[in-house]
Amino acid sequence: MARFRGRGMASVNYPIGMNLGGDPSQALIHSNPDGKFTVALSAIDLGQGMKQVTRQVAAETLGVPVEDVYVDTADSDTGPHDMGSFASRGTHRMGNAVIAAAREARGVLMEAAAEELEVNAADLVTDGKGNIHVKGAPSRSITVRATAQAAQFKQGKTIAGRGIFLIPLSSVDAETGEMNPNTAFAHACLVADVEVDDETGDVSVLGMSSAYELGRVINPKMVEQQLVGGAWMGISHALYETPEPYYPNPDHGPRDFNEYLMPGPGDLAPYSITILERPAPDGPFGGKGPGEMCANPVLPAIANAVYNAVGVRVNDLPITPEKILRGIKANGGAKPQHRRGGAL
Amino acid sequence: MEFRKDLFQNERDDNLNVVGKGVQRQDMPGHVTGRSPFFDDHAFEGLLHLKVVRSPHHHARIRRIDTSAAERAPGVKRILRGADVPVNKNTLLSLINFGKDDEPTLAVDKVRYKGEPIVAIIAESEAQALAARALVRVEYDPLPTVFDVEEALKPGAPLVNDTYPGNTFEYHEKYDHQKLRFGDVERGFSMAEFIVEDRYQMSPIEHAPTETNGSIAAPEQNDRFVVHSCAQGLFFSLGTAAKIVNLDSNRLHFIGGTVGGGFGGKVDSLTEPLSILGAMMTGRPVRYVLDREEEMLYGSPRGAERIYIKDGIARDGRILARHIRSYFDAGAYTRLSSYAAIKCTAHLPGPYTIPNVASDIYVVYTNRCPSTAMRGFGITAVDFALEVHMDKGAEACGMDPMEFRILNAYRDGDMKAHRRVAKNTALIECVQVAAEKARWPISEEAKRQSSLTGGGGARAEIPATPIDENGRFGRPDTRNGRSTQTLPAGTMRIPMTKQPIMEGSTDNRAKPPAVPQYEPYRPASAPPPPAYQPPPAPAPAPAAAPPPAAPAAPASQHGAHRFSSIFGTRRR
Amino acid sequence: MAKVPVQFRLNGSDRAAFADPADNLLTVLRRGLNDFGPKYGCGQGTCGTCSVLIDGELRLSCLTLAAACEGASIETVSGMADGPNLHPLQNAFMEHFAAQCGFCTPGMLTAAKALLDRNPNPSREEVIDAIAGNICRCTGYEPIIQAILSAARGMPAQRRS
Repeated sequence: MARFRGRGMASVNYPIGMNLGGDPSQALIHSNPDGKFTVALSAIDLGQGMKQVTRQVAAETLGVPVEDVYVDTADSDTGPHDMGSFASRGTHRMGNAVIAAAREARGVLMEAAAEELEVNAADLVTDGKGNIHVKGAPSRSITVRATAQAAQFKQGKTIAGRGIFLIPLSSVDAETGEMNPNTAFAHACLVADVEVDDETGDVSVLGMSSAYELGRVINPKMVEQQLVGGAWMGISHALYETPEPYYPNPDHGPRDFNEYLMPGPGDLAPYSITILERPAPDGPFGGKGPGEMCANPVLPAIANAVYNAVGVRVNDLPITPEKILRGIKANGGAKPQHRRGGAL
Repeated sequence: MEFRKDLFQNERDDNLNVVGKGVQRQDMPGHVTGRSPFFDDHAFEGLLHLKVVRSPHHHARIRRIDTSAAERAPGVKRILRGADVPVNKNTLLSLINFGKDDEPTLAVDKVRYKGEPIVAIIAESEAQALAARALVRVEYDPLPTVFDVEEALKPGAPLVNDTYPGNTFEYHEKYDHQKLRFGDVERGFSMAEFIVEDRYQMSPIEHAPTETNGSIAAPEQNDRFVVHSCAQGLFFSLGTAAKIVNLDSNRLHFIGGTVGGGFGGKVDSLTEPLSILGAMMTGRPVRYVLDREEEMLYGSPRGAERIYIKDGIARDGRILARHIRSYFDAGAYTRLSSYAAIKCTAHLPGPYTIPNVASDIYVVYTNRCPSTAMRGFGITAVDFALEVHMDKGAEACGMDPMEFRILNAYRDGDMKAHRRVAKNTALIECVQVAAEKARWPISEEAKRQSSLTGGGGARAEIPATPIDENGRFGRPDTRNGRSTQTLPAGTMRIPMTKQPIMEGSTDNRAKPPAVPQYEPYRPASAPPPPAYQPPPAPAPAPAAAPPPAAPAAPASQHGAHRFSSIFGTRRR
Repeated sequence: MAKVPVQFRLNGSDRAAFADPADNLLTVLRRGLNDFGPKYGCGQGTCGTCSVLIDGELRLSCLTLAAACEGASIETVSGMADGPNLHPLQNAFMEHFAAQCGFCTPGMLTAAKALLDRNPNPSREEVIDAIAGNICRCTGYEPIIQAILSAARGMPAQRRS
């Protein structure tokens, strides 16, 4: 009886947003009289970081420090319509809506500053630190704060903006499946190393390594959160989780976290991630969305690694010790395949 | 985590101020102090608690419901039955006019899965609601059940969902599945050196967010109702609830946006309609929260999928044809499965350029808890199947798995199976980087490949395609028919949607995409003027308030005006 | 059923409530005293998000009878910061981006505090052991482990990217 090591890989792409369009997002932005901005949305943050992504996108577009932007979501009385947080649509769809709203607000901001500085608004730039000045002449400047005060109390201007992003709903051809799905795709390739015990059927994930192409990374710390947490979920889907262990027999459903198995903090594998950025032509600053795809390559990579280790193909998820042992038995013993590459 | 900034460098402007920086999340201080306001973190005077009676049977006719003892139980304020629900039939995607209303909020004549809600009890405390729940008597006549997707498609299988008498979702008012036809797969198989076929089974998955589904609804001033919701789509849930309780949308005030994990399991508005109805009926705040067992067993899982793949591969490793037949297990009602099948169809054959592709994707009703969206909806399962199948394909033709992917990877300019050209691709580079990281040896030729080159040309052509009318619904005998005609090469039947292109992007080469009118930040210590350079690429300064960066105007296309849940037409 | 009075110290303040004899501490904290820091995740003692410290001991408030807490000193995440100054664990969780949805965070912080209170210099294995009763569905646990180890070291977070 022995433990066999194996390595597998998988490569995937992922469509960003509701496939057939028809998924609009709206955003509203306004400034307080001291130049602090509020972004009002009805978007949902379920942990993926919607509040911070839209905050950074708004600050970048407005040209103000990120601390000067607060995202208020979600209240249906104040936040305009948004389809929701699903289908990896949040960053892409809502990010674009926020850019549109921020541009409009920035336009008024620059107009108000131009009036104060008695210059053409087209000649003004922001420094990202709360100042607006004449291009090439930083001494001719005004703060965003003073501009907002002048707009509100002197000029009677609303430093505010509305934005919407919509990919129109498209139909599907009944006979060919021809359609206009969304155009932004993220990509990934992942390598997984496992060890399989041919006596117990137990699989340990020894390590994983991946390359993800995500368009523009809006916030690398939050991308890392998604990819690390999603990879954990991928291991969990591959090796542990099922509410119907004898599917399609519906019996023996788990009722709690003792019966529904997931890896715990002691079951983690080292994971190395490399990010590629090929901006999406229709994304916010080229951003795509890693929220859903981060689990996807893990499942097949582990299945392929198990085959590489002991020569057993498990085509039915999850890959349980029972299925592996049955496969080893059917093959007349573990059949390790040839090794690939060096240590992760 | 590391970056490979050298790749696609000329398509990016990395000189941004805030975007690309790992700054702290706005919500983190709330998270670490326990102050983030989740739906259940709101105090109400006189809060009532709602619990539902669920079916113990997978499929049964309801003969009689007796709530008289429960009504007399201590603390019980109100009991709701199907007849109390103003619009007791709905399907989630009716908000975009997709599919037929097929699911009651509270079952009336039949239950179609174990755990289906039948009666709602509203009481002063959770304990009282649970005690009263045990006093409700429901008499059932059990009916035959079906749990296997392929069994459910056989003639004579038990009928699960009366709205869909063939036990499948109906596509295009014509077929019992969604088709994808691109080229001639049979011809492709006949030319192939290797045929690889297999069957895959994705398990159902429970979302298992640490926060269970729930909501609190309360009468608010001015004859409105405030609803604290964990919905993943605030207006999606508001629209669904407004339809079911038959209130105008502006009489509902939804508050949410801070959700304790969702993963797709909080799209279905499982609790909001009954909370609101409870508040309407009692005039008091009503809280309806699933307990963990309900969440695990009846909180709508990721659906199981059964997938059959057949590949035809040439001697040199090129995949010549791929056929996929797949069954989504929707459970007893549609929820969102109908949409996932479309998304899956558009995803096929995966990130590869294959000249002949066909698929048949079925959404099948069975007597289990309705499944719904989950992280990677429509994609995760088929990616598992495709990528395990790719491993087998590589083995069959004696190629390294990485090189097999690079050889078959889609590239810029290639025609995808749904008849649109691929852009902005990067699969090859991901495989190359992953191989390098793992010190997985690949050939020099594989290392030289690029997503930017080698695509298009003959790979951009739409081949002649045999089409068929197999699987007309109500006619399972037609599922294995022959093709009825061949569409000539180059045929397109769906008008192109005008896709929004963000400013700064050219057709296929984004340089730098979507950069707004913004001059990069320069540190104060930077060299003296002219410190403020114009931004690199197009920097149209806003002369006046610019119009919102309007994505292209909606094409005047079928259905485009009908998406709105709130402001548009709503089918009842 | 007649309610019973229960009085204890909550995050350093004397608090009292009337509870059903069968009410668990979680219900009384949340619905009786409006301390929404501890969360309901399962009510079965399997997820840990309701964790509190009772007289310094880590306890699951969903499995603790409120009436049994008479006279006890109870600490929840709501009282973890010293006024406006965050506890080192709270700072470390922020620096390590150790929360996504934030729902398990109150329980994680409480379990971590119980660990560091009795073992200021834990090993990785001891940290894993300490949070093994807490479910997180978002993060994959690694950032949480790193945050706790970092707080214990009293050092600033290491930049990993």
